[in-house]
Amino acid sequence: MILKLAWRNIWRNRRRTAVILTAIVIGLWAMVFLSALMRGIADRMVKNAISTMTGHIKIYHAGYRNDPVIENRIENPGEIKNILQSLPAVRQFTSRIRVNAVAANARHSGGVTLVGIHPGREAGISFTGDAVTEGEYLKDEESQGILVGRALLEKYETRIGHKLVLMSRDASGEIASRAFRIRGIYDAELESTERQFVFVNLAAAQEMLGVNGDVTEFSLLIDDYEEAAAVAASVGRRFDGDDLAVYSWKELLPLVVAVLKMYDGFILFWFAAVFIAIAFGLVNTILMAVFERIREFGLMRALGMKPSFVVAEVSAESFFLLFIGTVAGNLLGAASVAALSQRGIDLSAFAKGIEFAGMSRIIFPVLELGDILTADAAVLVLGMAVGLYPAIRAARFSPVEAMVHM
Amino acid sequence: MNFIMAWRNIWRHPRRSILTIAAIVFATMLLVFMLSWQFGAYDTMIDATVKIHTGHIQIQAQGYQDQRDMRKVVPDPNEIERILTSLRGVKSYTFRAEDFSLVSSENRTYGVLVIGIDPQKEPSVSTLEDMIRRGRFLEAGDRRSALAGEILADNLNSPVGGDLVLLGQGRDGSIAATVLTIKGIFNTGQDEFDRTMIHIPLEYFQELYNMRGAVHMAVVLCDSLTAVPAVKERIAGALSGIDSSLAVLDWKELNPGLVQAIQMDLVSGFIFYLILIIVVAFSIMNTFLMAVFERTREFGVMMSMGMGPGRLMGLLLMESLGITLIGVVIGTIAGAAVTWYFQIHGMVIPGAEEVARQFGLPERMFPQLSFLSIAVGAGIVLILTVLSALYPAFKVKGLKPVEALSAV
Repeated sequence: MILKLAWRNIWRNRRRTAVILTAIVIGLWAMVFLSALMRGIADRMVKNAISTMTGHIKIYHAGYRNDPVIENRIENPGEIKNILQSLPAVRQFTSRIRVNAVAANARHSGGVTLVGIHPGREAGISFTGDAVTEGEYLKDEESQGILVGRALLEKYETRIGHKLVLMSRDASGEIASRAFRIRGIYDAELESTERQFVFVNLAAAQEMLGVNGDVTEFSLLIDDYEEAAAVAASVGRRFDGDDLAVYSWKELLPLVVAVLKMYDGFILFWFAAVFIAIAFGLVNTILMAVFERIREFGLMRALGMKPSFVVAEVSAESFFLLFIGTVAGNLLGAASVAALSQRGIDLSAFAKGIEFAGMSRIIFPVLELGDILTADAAVLVLGMAVGLYPAIRAARFSPVEAMVHM
Repeated sequence: MNFIMAWRNIWRHPRRSILTIAAIVFATMLLVFMLSWQFGAYDTMIDATVKIHTGHIQIQAQGYQDQRDMRKVVPDPNEIERILTSLRGVKSYTFRAEDFSLVSSENRTYGVLVIGIDPQKEPSVSTLEDMIRRGRFLEAGDRRSALAGEILADNLNSPVGGDLVLLGQGRDGSIAATVLTIKGIFNTGQDEFDRTMIHIPLEYFQELYNMRGAVHMAVVLCDSLTAVPAVKERIAGALSGIDSSLAVLDWKELNPGLVQAIQMDLVSGFIFYLILIIVVAFSIMNTFLMAVFERTREFGVMMSMGMGPGRLMGLLLMESLGITLIGVVIGTIAGAAVTWYFQIHGMVIPGAEEVARQFGLPERMFPQLSFLSIAVGAGIVLILTVLSALYPAFKVKGLKPVEALSAV
């Protein structure tokens, strides 16, 4: 009966209910949609960082991470390969050579990261596979070809088919240099990536550096990247005693992890701010509804209703308002996210700024159940809590006092 | 008289009015604080970027900024110096030259940006000297000496006092080769700098790279950020008569990424605030709306006593304006107080230190209370709230005295 009474009461003044519902719906929509937007940015940032030569898990020589030179290389890649193939948790992996190098042509020279890859195995793991937008991807048996980023190409004022000389220290400590021909150009999310990485065939890099089949890293993909730390630990145990170190992406990308943590804090702050804005409106609306009906409450009390009944009735009214508003706000938020899921939000107008902030050019909002539940629970539970104030107020009217109230 | 009536009407329902005012106070406070925070962060960011490296204004050869071509030089720094010393608003200046070269220690080789700096003038423009963590800064008369970034020094396995072999290409295409001793190691906090740069004395740079007295840039620091456009104009004016191959760039052109990141942050910030205030505005509108409906009878009485609908509307608007103003004023004061507190004590956002460091920001951040942040914050709330009060006020316009009187 309480519910029925409350339900009828909120519709007694449709305009008032409509206005407060609008406020709640907009608030919930804003919570859901903006958190989805932030998660979308974070999600792209993580995926982008992982696909930029990181992978979910990496295996290095124990000294490579602090001192990334060819001396700190993995000298038994065959064994590691066999072990990795036997691990069910590892979905896909590849090996690479990665060293600092100098790239030069007739006009320019500069520092780059030389990456020797298996063209076939690499494709599914890092971004290189589908990023080549001009020219062609590396072929397996080709020792001359090199892939460069568009930004690097422009900086060096060169084009496809032209030569680029790479220099780096080889295994014996001498400067090795070798001329490559630009085969293809790739576009990456960030210009800094395009300027940093140049790709050649693994065999060509091994030959240039004189390392005869050795590599400097293995990059692994697993099924769920959230599990990377646990899988990395278990992979690490398989290589106990070898001079190897296994890292999860969270260890390799501390800055990304820090940004994620900051976003978490920001989303909570946003939820709190919106909730407080809603709360003021809610309390005021319910309070008005209560004061309008002082006589009615007096009558109810005079007829023998307990104060607790009044509290329950008024609380039920807040609950209905909050519940309807929450459901509608969620639906609206989900609809906005769905509407943007195809095209995304194009931030190209701020290209240099998003580059600076390390974001990607197009944002796709991502709904996260955890965020939605947090937002909903906060609004419903805390909303009911602040709604107690008008409810208790209503229960406090003494029957006589209330009946004489005009 | 309208004013007195409006004032009394506001306090006829103190609880309702106070709640409404509280909502407005909250919105204003939040906005004033957040805007001060944003503007403070931008100032810190710009300041850090300008002082770590680029300066407020640079004079370079046309096209050098984009291509970084060794041969695009500022041929006569003495002439530039004469201009800069005579210009108003120029706080300090220095000259730099830079080129990409290979640097090797005993068993490591890296490609780095070699920057020639003037050991005496550089500290007046950049914070490089304060960033020295080990060893010392360059001194006048130093020749084969270098400052290396901390990450680079680690990568090279070279401590202070270690020798580096440098191999590069001079301005005329000749080979530049020498041995340098690391005198100091700096840490700017920004990995990009600490991994890729070494600094050597400018005079020695010019000798080594066959610069024939030329430099690549004059770096200027102005009295303040706001003085930059005027100083830029003056420099450009003074240069136009002398050398048309030179370009004057301000910090915005030197750091396009920073400027756009700030714009983006401002835009997204405003979207957030707007949504927040719309939510608040709806709550407020509800209060106003209810206040109007409750008083239909009262309005009927007033109208039948000869009060025109226009004046009635005016009364209602004045009531809502009164509530809004009280809220905005209290909110502004409270917001300013909170901001002031953090402006003095600073604030650490947990988990954000690492991110801040990479953007050249200190861990402890200070919001910056300014007329702008207060005016914008209070202004937005004021406008939106007054707008939300218009609808209820217009509602009374169609009221007929007789019907209104019979309303309950």
